Amino acid sequence: MARRILTALVGAAVMGIGAHAASAATLDDVKAKGFIQCGVNTGLAGFSAPDASGNWTGFDVDYCKAVAAAVFGDASKVKYTPLSAKERFPALQSGEVDLLARNTTWSINRDTALGFNFRPVNYYDGQGFMVRKELNVKSALELSGAAVCVQTGTTTELNLADYFKSNNLQYNPVVFEKLEEVNAAYDAGRCDVYTTDQSGLYALRLTLSKPDDHMILPEIISKEPLAPAVRQGDDQWFDIVSWTHFALIQAEEFGITQANVEEMKKSTNPDVQRFLGVEADSKIGTDLGLTNEWAVNIIKAVGNYGEVFDRNIGTGSPLKIERGLNALWNKGGIQYAPPIR
Amino acid sequence: MTTHEASFVRASMVEASPAPVLESGIVSWLRKNLFATPKDTALTIISLLVLAWLVPPAIQWLFLDAAWTGGGRGVCATVEQGGSQPEGWSGACWAFVNAKFGQFLFGRYPIDERWRPALVGILFVLLLVPMLMPKVPYKAFNAVLLLVALPIVATILLPGGWFGLTYVETPLWGGLLVTLVLSFVGIAVSLPLGILLALGRRSDMPVIKMLCTVFIEIVRGIPLITVLFMASVMLPLFLPQGVTFDKFLRALIGVSLFASAYMAEVVRGGLQAIPKGQYEGADSLGLSYWQKMNLIILPQALKLVIPGIVNTFIGLFKDTSLVSIIGMFDLLGIVRLNFSDTNWASAVTPVSGLIFAGFVFWLFCFGMSRYSGFMERVLDRSQR
Amino acid sequence: MAIGVTNAPEKGRSSGSIINDPQVRGIFYQAITIIILAVLIYWIVDNTIENLRRANIASGYGFVRSRAGFDVGQSLIAFTSDSTYGRALLVGFVNTLVVAITGIVTATIIGFLVGIGRLSHNWIIAKLSLAYVEVFRNIPPLLVIFFWYSGVLAVLPQAREALTLPLNVFVSNRGVAFPRPIFGEGSEYTVLAFLIAVAASFLIARYANRQQAATGQRFPVLWTVLGLVIGLPLITFLATGAPLSFDVPIAGKFNLTGGSVVGPEFLSLYLALSFYTAAFIAEIVRAGIRGVSKGQTEAAHALGIRPRLTTRLVVVPQAMRIIIPPLTSQYLNLTKNSSLAIAVGYADLVAVGGTILNQTGQAIEVVSIWLIVYLTLSLATSLFMNWYNARMALVER
Repeated sequence: MARRILTALVGAAVMGIGAHAASAATLDDVKAKGFIQCGVNTGLAGFSAPDASGNWTGFDVDYCKAVAAAVFGDASKVKYTPLSAKERFPALQSGEVDLLARNTTWSINRDTALGFNFRPVNYYDGQGFMVRKELNVKSALELSGAAVCVQTGTTTELNLADYFKSNNLQYNPVVFEKLEEVNAAYDAGRCDVYTTDQSGLYALRLTLSKPDDHMILPEIISKEPLAPAVRQGDDQWFDIVSWTHFALIQAEEFGITQANVEEMKKSTNPDVQRFLGVEADSKIGTDLGLTNEWAVNIIKAVGNYGEVFDRNIGTGSPLKIERGLNALWNKGGIQYAPPIR
Repeated sequence: MTTHEASFVRASMVEASPAPVLESGIVSWLRKNLFATPKDTALTIISLLVLAWLVPPAIQWLFLDAAWTGGGRGVCATVEQGGSQPEGWSGACWAFVNAKFGQFLFGRYPIDERWRPALVGILFVLLLVPMLMPKVPYKAFNAVLLLVALPIVATILLPGGWFGLTYVETPLWGGLLVTLVLSFVGIAVSLPLGILLALGRRSDMPVIKMLCTVFIEIVRGIPLITVLFMASVMLPLFLPQGVTFDKFLRALIGVSLFASAYMAEVVRGGLQAIPKGQYEGADSLGLSYWQKMNLIILPQALKLVIPGIVNTFIGLFKDTSLVSIIGMFDLLGIVRLNFSDTNWASAVTPVSGLIFAGFVFWLFCFGMSRYSGFMERVLDRSQR
Repeated sequence: MAIGVTNAPEKGRSSGSIINDPQVRGIFYQAITIIILAVLIYWIVDNTIENLRRANIASGYGFVRSRAGFDVGQSLIAFTSDSTYGRALLVGFVNTLVVAITGIVTATIIGFLVGIGRLSHNWIIAKLSLAYVEVFRNIPPLLVIFFWYSGVLAVLPQAREALTLPLNVFVSNRGVAFPRPIFGEGSEYTVLAFLIAVAASFLIARYANRQQAATGQRFPVLWTVLGLVIGLPLITFLATGAPLSFDVPIAGKFNLTGGSVVGPEFLSLYLALSFYTAAFIAEIVRAGIRGVSKGQTEAAHALGIRPRLTTRLVVVPQAMRIIIPPLTSQYLNLTKNSSLAIAVGYADLVAVGGTILNQTGQAIEVVSIWLIVYLTLSLATSLFMNWYNARMALVER
């Protein structure tokens, strides 16, 4: 009790200088303050980057918007906190952000020791290598002796060490804190090889001074399931984030798009009706702690998974990444939503 | 009438004959200052050669060959690099600085709202300049405006959210705006806090003395970057779940606390230099502790350590550049952020941007150190 | 806050209430401070424990014994991804020491040269020194580091077109590669011989001083010592069959392979710290020399001591007394500024600690290690310089 009072007192003092206090349930907290605080990358083209007028755009940013649409019915109720690789975990742990959508790999260590809940995987990635074409390298196995640029404090750095060790290759790591710094160093010729998630390589190649001089090697040396993360111990919030993703997937499977969502409400397909909350006495949305319009709101705000993908990183974007593993399960990929019923 | 026998008496003084050619004018100056000894001659010649080797190419690079205007990387790249400059060209890319100037000043502050920081900046200059000129009257009134009214106006104008002003989040702030806000607040907080810490360290009360000593020594013993990491990574862990600080505020607290420890040591030096008689005299007049400090000791002590205080200010101003490491975009941070703009990426962009940032920092720091020298002389004169 | 306890009126004389007794008030204020502090600390610790429990983070220093899993680019001691986090921190610490020590040595040399230059009668030298000081003193060190780093990367040639200097030294934007000596069997004798020669030199110098004090005769110390320090190890080296070979860097597919490489990260950090700190040292040196009163020099001249000896025996020892205390704090500043390594990716203690912090989430533990190491370094440097200062201090009679 004494602690409560003390917390309240100091909390009140702290609030006076620009802070806000929160209760334990993230959903209530988010609803009370009226927006979602979303942790995103400080700048990775296609995933999250500020555009010329300072608005955040990208694949991860759309996930923040989708969750906001599900909760508030308004995708603009998001505030973004750009986070470096080092800051992202403490920021989520401390409650500075409600949701971390920052191309973060889901691993057992992060799930357990760091106290997060990841899932569902919104982008199946893998670590790749980029080299200069003039080096005439055809495979990562020819990279012995190379200087490798890598961002520090990432799973990438660990995979790199393991890959070169298991293949008995020598290398010289050149590490930086920020992706921009890695980029600049690689561009200036400080290292021969640039390694990060393959999606990142596609994005970063665009920012090099001569993108066509560089190629991405075929090897993928790791599994990098990128997933949004929330704190452990708040199952309701976790469910909302998970099912937001599944709703995006399901919408694509049903063929519901941003453009035709109103149309689809009139569908006679009972699955679609249930999904869009038009079925009589539907409880799906309210059981999540949201409204039954939640799926409609998500799709209206950002479209379905395929649209989000294409717009930010797929064929409709400069990155032109193939769907690959991220195609729907019935189209050769592994993106799959549990039944929504 | 008696007449003098002397055949000639000169009625006027003889004109002084000119000094020997070698002892006057430019020749003598050269001989005395540049060619006094063979060793001097050698040093002079070597220095001149080094200057001749460095200065003309530098001028060429900085001014003559520089690209001053242009809309993209083309003007700063050679034909081979995909630009318009001739082969082998290298020069400063001021067009980059030119194009990004607004960002360097205000960061990503929304363009429509930039009048707000600009207005605060103008008010700041208008209040600061008369403050700095010793001859201008109404110093006390001016100080109240500068240290009380201006911060209030700035707190309303910069973040907004009141009186119909749109709210501008601190992550959008950047450039010189952040550098100056951090420095101003750091200076305004660290001076009084430093004085308190210094008084505490010389206090008769063992607990206070120990606390202040421990704080000062720990902070002075560690790098600022670890303090900033603590502020950005560890502070959230110290607060109850869900209570968070603005990142900008955290950096502000970190920088201010760091500077106040250094300030405390400077002030302590001044306090120690005041003769014991002054303390005893104040006591014998029956002044209370705070009266003694405010009226007798501090005015003398602070005057003694003005150079040290200004040096701490300069250090603080330079140290604000470190916040770019924890992901904030101060002047240095925003300049570096723009290197990755593909529209401007060229071989000379980074160096040009860094030279520009360096020049701005240099201008402020040099100005401060010059002003401190000037004040020292003014106070010295009034002392006599 | 503080009350003039020492001048407090005698007990019993006080006619006022106990509230006005300065001693009582002092105790009261201190008690309040302690209570507030204790409550604050309790609050922070309690919050932290609660936060860690909620986040399910295991606290403690056990993590230093687990496998690191990452590689470090620049390391003077053996390190692979199989080494522990503890060893990674050690690597970082060694790297911090290396850049701090080399930086201190270089900054001292440049600083003394520029500081003396500022007092030169030669106008152009004095002005150049002034320009140096004013430029470097007023620019943030971080900017200087970036400047050197982009300079190194932009100006130096690509690795495959490395500049070749004499003695198989190669310069490229991957750093400076030079032959690495490999000490064969028997080389320890050479080291031993060198140590003996150094020890002998000290004895000779002491003997020479005593000799001069007793007889006025000056023993030719310099030449004897030079001969000893160079000759003895050389003879031993040749006698043991010259057990030394070099690992010469050769152009590989990507980089130069073999040899030792000093990376551009280290170079830019080292150069920036040296040049930046040198500007401050120059001002300290100037103030120190200025601080020796002119009468000392004139008296020395009047005694017929030659100018060079005057400088060495009269001016410098006195100037050093003024110079050493501020010089100490500059050395400490340089050591602390070496933490800016993180900006260019040099693996110093803070950079390695940051990586570990990120891989393990042990924020408090890593930060506490930083604090302890830097505080120890500060303390050690202060102690050493205080000892040196005490040795140099004026012995007043």
